[in-house]
Amino acid sequence: MTQALNRRALLLEGTRDTVPMLVGAAPFGVIFGTLAIAAGLSSATAIGMSVLVFAGSSQFIGVSLIGAGTALPVLWLTTFVVNLRHALYSATLLPFARDWPLRWRWPLAFWLTDETFAVVEHRFRTKGAEGGQWYWLGSSLAMYGNWLLWTVVGVSLGQSLPGLANLGLDFAMGATFAAIVAPQLKRRPALGAAVAAGVVAMLGRGLPYKLDLMLAVLAGGVSGLLLEQLARRKEQST
Amino acid sequence: MNHWLAISGMMLLTVLIRASFLVFGQRLTFPGWLNRALHYVPPAVLSALVVPMALAPAGTVDISLHNAYLPGIIVAALVAWKSGKTLLAIVVSFVVYGLWRWGLLPG
Repeated sequence: MTQALNRRALLLEGTRDTVPMLVGAAPFGVIFGTLAIAAGLSSATAIGMSVLVFAGSSQFIGVSLIGAGTALPVLWLTTFVVNLRHALYSATLLPFARDWPLRWRWPLAFWLTDETFAVVEHRFRTKGAEGGQWYWLGSSLAMYGNWLLWTVVGVSLGQSLPGLANLGLDFAMGATFAAIVAPQLKRRPALGAAVAAGVVAMLGRGLPYKLDLMLAVLAGGVSGLLLEQLARRKEQST
Repeated sequence: MNHWLAISGMMLLTVLIRASFLVFGQRLTFPGWLNRALHYVPPAVLSALVVPMALAPAGTVDISLHNAYLPGIIVAALVAWKSGKTLLAIVVSFVVYGLWRWGLLPG
């Protein structure tokens, strides 16, 4: 009985600590649903993507590539590269979750987003991971339910504005990406990574297999690392 | 393209990456430089998609008054940078784009 109460308390706590993230994710859910319809996905596939993939940035990029008729291997390679950072989250949380049964670790891994990682990692680091699977589950279910709800809202919006595609779908994509990326560029290495990626993408326009995208990502990663290294060296020398 | 096939592949890759360490343990290790480089991937991908859209929306470089994408996307980035409000940035940029394309410069 007390254990059941304790579980429920942890579940609720995980949900509550995730509320600010829910508010932040909501507009992206709406925009994703709207853009997915405008890019030619059916409402079933648009919602299906949120149900099955459940990864904001790669869903946006995926819809834009699908809309452009990109070949499947390129779409999948891009998804892989964009999501690779989640492996870091997975590694960071492993020490806390090592002894949990697989029936816990698989679903929690499926739901491991940037937001839930931030909330759960903070909690485990500061308060320990005792009973943490319930806390993590609470955060995961909140993020998942929220994402599905706002995707559905966006999909209905996309369907009630059938003119959106003609009204400048390309532009909507571009504006969304610009608005997502700009606030991330306040640190100099990130800005350098973005500039390098943008320049390479311009120069490599039209290369086959979207190689331009892969080269741009490579250039961005290398530039970010180099600038980070430079900043560190400068700090040490002063 | 088969959209369900595309989505299934995306799902498989995403869940396998997330499950990597949690489910399959610490047999995989990342060198430190790769750890850090991965944080630059999302801004790099987004910029790689946005920059050509702004500067060459029809495939060839177009830095002229007829390119409504350029002012629109610059405004989206600036508003998001200043306010941190994504939705606001998108709405404002749409107004700028619409005015530029259909208001100020007909044809």
